[in-house]
Amino acid sequence: MQLTNRSKVVVNKEMTFAEKIYLPAVLSGLAITIKHLFKKSATIKYPEQTRPVSENYRGMHVLKRDEQGRENCTACGLCAVACPAEAITMTSAERKKGEDHLYREEKYAEVYEINMLRCIFCGLCEEACPKEAIFLTDRLVPSDFVRTNFIYGKDKLLEGTSAELRVDVSKRINAHRKL
Amino acid sequence: MEFFVIKLVLVLIVFLVSLGVAAYSTYAERKIAAFLQDRIGPDRAGPFGLLQPLADGLKMFMKEEIIPTHADKFLFILGPCIMMMTASMTGVIIPWGHGLEINGSFYPVQITDINIGILYVFGVVSIGVYGIMIGGWASNNKYSLMGAIRASSQMISYELAMGMAIIALIMTTGTLSVREIVEQQHGIHWNIFTQPLGVILFIVCAFAECNRTPFDLPECETELVGGYHTEYSSMKLGFYLFAEYINMFISAAIISSLYFGGYNFPFIDQLGLSPNMLSMLGTIIFFGKIFFFIFFFMWVRWTIPRFRYDQLMHLGWRIMIPLAIVNILGTGVYVLFKNGQLHF
Repeated sequence: MQLTNRSKVVVNKEMTFAEKIYLPAVLSGLAITIKHLFKKSATIKYPEQTRPVSENYRGMHVLKRDEQGRENCTACGLCAVACPAEAITMTSAERKKGEDHLYREEKYAEVYEINMLRCIFCGLCEEACPKEAIFLTDRLVPSDFVRTNFIYGKDKLLEGTSAELRVDVSKRINAHRKL
Repeated sequence: MEFFVIKLVLVLIVFLVSLGVAAYSTYAERKIAAFLQDRIGPDRAGPFGLLQPLADGLKMFMKEEIIPTHADKFLFILGPCIMMMTASMTGVIIPWGHGLEINGSFYPVQITDINIGILYVFGVVSIGVYGIMIGGWASNNKYSLMGAIRASSQMISYELAMGMAIIALIMTTGTLSVREIVEQQHGIHWNIFTQPLGVILFIVCAFAECNRTPFDLPECETELVGGYHTEYSSMKLGFYLFAEYINMFISAAIISSLYFGGYNFPFIDQLGLSPNMLSMLGTIIFFGKIFFFIFFFMWVRWTIPRFRYDQLMHLGWRIMIPLAIVNILGTGVYVLFKNGQLHF
């Protein structure tokens, strides 16, 4: 059954004289390539320029803090359960006295690791999280030479306390609300 | 004594200029390739990537030098040496400009004007085949040998057609000296107008002689790994690659001086400038023509895919050579007719 009209029957016909001397074909080829000399290049100089991404782009994760700079995560483990790639692992710990300014609730994640080589950036961890602690952002996971460096701990995932180190996730939250 | 000093300085200048042009041809090749493919090309080393050739050269020097155990060490080293030497030797007979008159004595901008200039070029270029052949043979590797055999058979085949194209040119000019050929093309009396078929034959053969696409079978990566320089590393590989660019520069110079008027340009007499100024302007225009042909070499490279080996041989022996013979016959008739020796 013929699905499209794009297929062409191959014929092994003898070349005509004009085709045999190659030069007309060569000249038309040269005309095509010279046109490209004046076209705009498609290159994006990556570290300096980045591509525009979609509003709800799912890139590198961030562990959020609340307005007072306390970690939202309570190490409930729902994200790790939801993760289809089994990329998330964590160890929980109990909040001690005098740590109230660091952690919002009495349990927190002592270790929180995401294996970025396993992660498929589906965003299910974000959906599973009851505490609005983990979000995907429009940041990209940078390349590296060593596999072990791709296991991101809290040092790379947790956002900073000062205003300029905060990571904006309002676009992701809006995307969820639209759903 | 003064003669030697002048010649030595000229030799040095021509050598350095051909090295410089070849170095920046590698940069131009990458840039032009990029532009023709809607990319940017190297732009990180220096402004617009202008230091890229230096970085490439430095990289080549820093690489580990490997000579295979089973290779013939002497020949293995000799190969790139011959290649580089023959590539830089052909620049000797090219007239880069008319000449400068300083304090009443005339200095031609040419290292030497031998009366068999064109034959000298052919002789030296033919030795260049040995560079590839010896390198491929000494590597003791089947791919290198295949590449070398292809290179030598290709270069020998196309040299015939090239020589015959030149014979037709010599019939109209009546001299083998490159300088005299260029002087005859004063103004716009370029040889392309008397030898249109010869130009096409010569340019196609020049592509084959330089092992440039569409005739770059000797280093056909898809079939032969790297061709004749598979086993080469470090600066010896650099020499092979570099010699290709020097060859390209010299071929561009020869094409433009034999067929496109060399340092002559239209309305040369109407400008009313001093002879020295005209000569310098002529040299600049000559280099403009050379750069155009280098660009043409690259332009063709990024347009046409490689020929198959049997197609290459078919084109060389069964199309180019008969065409060259027809061209010689036609030129003969033309010369007789022009001299009034032919009566219908």
